[in-house]
This record gives sequence, C-alpha cells and structure tokens, in this order.
Amino acid sequence: MTVEPKLYQVDTFAVGNRLLDPAQRSEQARADRSNAITSGHRACQGCGEVLGARYVLDAAMRATGGNMVAANATGCLEVFSTPYPETSWQLPWLHSLFGNAPAVASGMAAALRAQGRSDTRVVAQAGDGGTVDIGFGCLSGMFERNDDVLFVCYDNEGYMNTGVQRSGATPPAARTANTKALGPEPGNAFGQGKFVPLIAMAHEIPYVATATVADLRDLEAKVETAMGMSGARYLHVLVPCPLGWGSASEDTIKVARLARETGIFPVFEAERGRITAVSKIRRWQPVEEYLRIQRRYAHLFGEPRRDDIVARIQAQADHNIDRFGLLDDDPGYEQDQE
Amino acid sequence: MPVRSQIEGSQAVARAVARCRPQVVAAYPISPQTHIVESLADLVRTGELDPCEYLMVESELGAMSACIGSSAMGSRTYTATASQGLLFMAEALFNASGLGLPIVMTVANRAIGAPINIWNDHSDSMSMRDSGWVQLFASSNQEAVDLHVQAFRLAERLSLPVMVCMDGFVLTHAVEQVDVPEQDEVDAFLPPFTPRQQLDPAQPVSIGAMVGPEAFTEVKYLMHARQMQALDEIPRIAADFEAAFGRPAGGLVRPYRTDDAETVVVALGSQVGTIEVVVDQLRDEGHPVGLLDVTCFRPWPRDEVRRALAGAANVVVLEKAFAVGAGGIVGQNTRLALAGTPTVVHDVVAGLGGRPVTAAAVRGLLDDVLAGRVDPHRLHFLGLRTDLVDGQLRRDAASVPGPHAESMLREAGVIGSGSH
Repeated sequence: MTVEPKLYQVDTFAVGNRLLDPAQRSEQARADRSNAITSGHRACQGCGEVLGARYVLDAAMRATGGNMVAANATGCLEVFSTPYPETSWQLPWLHSLFGNAPAVASGMAAALRAQGRSDTRVVAQAGDGGTVDIGFGCLSGMFERNDDVLFVCYDNEGYMNTGVQRSGATPPAARTANTKALGPEPGNAFGQGKFVPLIAMAHEIPYVATATVADLRDLEAKVETAMGMSGARYLHVLVPCPLGWGSASEDTIKVARLARETGIFPVFEAERGRITAVSKIRRWQPVEEYLRIQRRYAHLFGEPRRDDIVARIQAQADHNIDRFGLLDDDPGYEQDQE
Repeated sequence: MPVRSQIEGSQAVARAVARCRPQVVAAYPISPQTHIVESLADLVRTGELDPCEYLMVESELGAMSACIGSSAMGSRTYTATASQGLLFMAEALFNASGLGLPIVMTVANRAIGAPINIWNDHSDSMSMRDSGWVQLFASSNQEAVDLHVQAFRLAERLSLPVMVCMDGFVLTHAVEQVDVPEQDEVDAFLPPFTPRQQLDPAQPVSIGAMVGPEAFTEVKYLMHARQMQALDEIPRIAADFEAAFGRPAGGLVRPYRTDDAETVVVALGSQVGTIEVVVDQLRDEGHPVGLLDVTCFRPWPRDEVRRALAGAANVVVLEKAFAVGAGGIVGQNTRLALAGTPTVVHDVVAGLGGRPVTAAAVRGLLDDVLAGRVDPHRLHFLGLRTDLVDGQLRRDAASVPGPHAESMLREAGVIGSGSH
C-alpha cells in the first residue's frame, strides 16, 4: 500500500481519513460505498470474519464498479448472512456447498467468458475449513487453471460454525473442541497444519497476499490490487473469532494486530510465486502478549505454567520473522531467494 | 437431411450435445464416459462448438460444482461421468437439483466398486435415483442421441437437472448407424436458454440461502411438485420431437407387445433390444409375452407403468442393479405402481459388472417364469455362478476369513495356485 499521509496522530500509527487525499481514503469512509454485506446479519459481536468480508467486498465492488458476483462456501459467513427468508447480500451471491466454492467460482468465470462478459468479475469466499481442508482440491484446481477468480479465505483458525473444532489452519497448542487442553501435550499438536498462502504461491498464480483485520486499509488496497489483475488470485485474511479464540469482543483488532506484531502471522504480497512486499513489524511484541488475551491458550498460563510450550510458539514466530524478513533490520525473504 | 453414418455411440452423443450449443462443459475423465468428453474437447478446440468453455477440472465434485456456478450464471451447461465419478459428485448433485439448475449430464452407466469394475450395470445411476435429477435411460445409441436433445429442452423448461443414462461400453463404445441431428434441426427444436433465475449484477439475488424447519418441508414439496410436472412435459417433448425429426424417441415408458400379454418384462437401457428378440420368439411360439421399456425412471411414471402392466398375471423386472439387503430397485417401484392388483412381480438382477444379458439367458428365465419355476418371493440373480457363491458361503459358515472376491477367484482358478 502506497499511502503518503500528511500527518500521523501523535504516538500512533493511525491516520484519520480526513487527512488523506480522497482517492486514498478507505472505501468504508465513502458515503456511496456498496454495503455489499449490509446490516441485520447475525454474526457474533466482535466477529473478525464479517469485518473482513465487509472491507473486502466493498473494495472489490468499488474496483469493479459493482459489476461482480460472489460464490460463498458453507460456514459462518454463509449461515449468519442468509437465514431464510432474509439476506444481507447486496450483490449477486451464490452458496452451493462447503467444499466446492473455488470450483463454483471457476464455473461462473467460464460462463462469463462464454457469454462474452469478461467485464463481470468473480469473487469467491470461504473460511479456513472451506479453503485449506475440504475445499483444497478445488482450490488447487482453480489456481492451476489460472481461472479469473479472486479467492478470499477468512482464516479464523478453526471450524467455528460447527462448534470450534480443529482445522488444518489451527495453530499448535490452541484449545479447540477436539484438541482440548488435556494430557501432557494440551491443545493442538505441533508439527501439523499448513499455511496455504505459500502453497498458493507454489502455483505461481498472478497474486497472493495475506492481511489481517488490524490493517483494514491495507486489506482494501490488496483487494484493489487483486481486482486490477486477471487470473487466479488468493487473499488470506486473518480474522480473529471471539467465540473460538476466547478473546474479548472488543479485542478483535488488538488480537489481529498482535498476530502481526509478534510475527505469528506474516503479512506480505507475492506475484507469480515471488514475494514482492512484506509488512514490517512496527513494535515487536513477544508471543505471550498475543497468547495471554485468548482463552484458547489459557492452559499455557495456569498452574503449572507451560513456558516450554510458549517458547516453542515463540520459536515459530521467530522463524517467521527470519523467513519473511518481518523486522526492519532483517534482510528479508526476497534477498534469501537471490 | 440428417446424415446416417456408422459412428461410435460416444461420438454421436458428443456431436448431438455440441449441436445443443452448451456454453460451458466441465468434465473429469472416467471410463467409459471419456470418449464423449474428449470429442467435445476436440469440437471446442477446432471452433466447431463456439462459444463454449471447456473446463478440465480436478475431480467430479469440481465438475458438477463448476456446472452449478455456470448454470447459475445463466449458461447452458453440460457434463458427463460414470460410476465412482457419479458418487464423488453426490453432494453436488443434490445441490444442483435443490437449486433448480437445468444442467444436463450423461451417465455412461458402470458398476461401482469394491470390487473395482469398469463394465456396465446401473448401480451408479440407481444410487442417485433420489438426488432430485430427472433420469432418462437410453435403450440404443439413436435414443441416447435423441434423449440428449430432448433433455436440454426438458431441463430448461422445468429448471431441473436431467441425467441421460446410457449403458457404458455396450452403447458408448458400440459403432452403429445413428442419425445425428443437424444443427438447424436442433436449433429449431431447442430454443436458446432463458434461465428462470440467474446471478446478475443488475438485479442481485442471493441463491442458496439457509432454510430452517419453518419452510424446508415446503421447499422440498415444491421440488417434488416440479419434478412431477416432468411426467406431463416429457410426453409433450417426445411428441414434438417425433413431429420435428420423424422418429419416435423418449417418452415415459415404451410398451412392446404388451396388449393381452400375460407375462411382461420390465427393463431399462440397452438390454431391452435383447428382450424384444426373446419376446418375438415367445410370441411366435404362442406365448402372450410383452416388454415394458422404462425410459423415464425419475420421476417414476407410476400411472403409465400401472396402465401398461394392467392385466398381466406375471411381471418380471429385469434390472442391472439392486438394493443390497433389500432386493430389486425398479422392482420396488413396480410393486408401488401395481399396488392393489393381483399381478405377481418377480425381481431379477442381471448384467452386473458387465456380465452380458444374452437372449439365451433371458429366454431361459422366461421359460422358468412361464413354467412357474421362479419363486416371486425371492430375489433372483440371472446366471448366478452358484458353484462360486455356495463354496464361499460354506467357507463363511466354517469361519474362514478373507475377502469374498479373492476367495472366489481362487476357487475359480483365476488367481493363485488353487491350493487352499
């Protein structure tokens, strides 16, 4: 994101929209935003997913002049937005199944090509279960065919709609309904799981980016970049889930920011399999700051404290910092590739 | 004038489908469906079928899912599959019908494993009989071609998905003389696709909302009501087809010499040709025997079946699939149609996993039925190798472990040294 603000507010990294050029203001600051997902939906208080979806879709609607359609996987986003006979969607929207949203989107894009309507664009969205697990085969197929689809994964690190079970995106040591804080290795196992943005990059698709709901203007900018390209594009957005993570509803942004500031969640952009930009950590924090405000990690800070497990998580964050060059003095991922 | 040429069933179907001008074809290869979709890929590549997008997807679930997206986007959409592929699509099949998307699909009927078997029977389509798709069964390659042209019109008229079932290898790979309708003929018969509902930025709608107990029954009732409308629409389309193309094809059921028949065979698919030959033989010998070819299995044409079988003392349902642990599938439906009549229904399973249904075998079966040697209260397996199954059942009773298929093949001397 290339924003040259005129003025920062004192002692923060925030900058008021009114201080920016109109072209650089958040889509959400515009009176004529599309409200693609409008009020009345039944998301939980503090839901990161609906916040992310709102910013993603309104930015995509801006970028396409409202000429787009959406495919949605089964999951929280689908359930809380369309309880019959109501809908929160103000764009053409199709929900088919849990594991097929990428293929449904491919079909939509093919239909549009056949109809000579390539100006109408396709966005598909799913949670981490629908993306990294049950929808992964279809996703990889959509990537390798380079179908003209922006696929957005709202990653809340588990199957929250079914009652907080482990997914392939659940981090180690996190407590879920089927990885409880029981036994000598409480919570989700170490050495498992996958980080799909890197797998997406291995397909050498035009664009892969990660983002969090802590940096919403950055998220919008990445959507805008993605919609300026054609072919398969992938956006992986970390969206805290107060219910599943056991964090306070008012802390959603804070938790997301700490995920980035600790290095737990690397924020970057990549084109054709090469990282092109990395969001540097502004104020480094130890992972304990991130973990302590989530009850899914409460077993690490009880009696006895599991400093050994916290240290393993810290090592993972340190690995991310090194691998992606997340600190200012770090040469960074790109140089590693030379 | 239509061109009559010697052509493989798959090639003929592919050309007929192409002349229906599908805008999107999404398919995943599986025998014995491959020649159909390969041929369509050629037609798209050469520009003979244009505009059309051919999607080479990563699985059958992907194929049907892409079809769902394409159809919801307002494009005429086609795919083909068989056997395991149809099962892998299962979740999306129910979704396509629930959403009322008029997708047309060929099923090149093939057995389902285990044991893995690539040859023909009807287990695949029958397993999806309650998926909400219309199911039409072709008795010949000519009918397969003609049913596809009718299927698009039916699907789009009712906004329902339609499965055209043709016997794998027996039809798909058989080379014979087939009239493939010309482009102008198909264009005159099949109007351009006007979707009932589609994704359109100018008029945004949400498709696929969650429905709870307060309205789910009503949604399903309406699905049923719409599929039952096909019972009226299919004969109309068949009549229009005959008027336009000068040959009969389609319809719900096709009775063959059933007038005054005391014994009637009920069958689906390519075996009806063989059965016709046997019926002719028996008629020549003075036996009042007939055949009811069921073209439309879903929706089930109960009244037409009942009418066609009324007066028969014996009905023999010869089917290439069965419900393990229950019995005949078409047989159960036939009993439903004959409820309250004294007609006796015999369930006979034949042609599983590619075993040929020969005229001699059918003749033998009918001789047994006519002589009262077939117990109507038991499921009968035509040509069952009792030497193999009896041996295995004996070993089972003696608690000898091991997979049935392997044990039986050892017994038959197909594998192993035979020493056990």
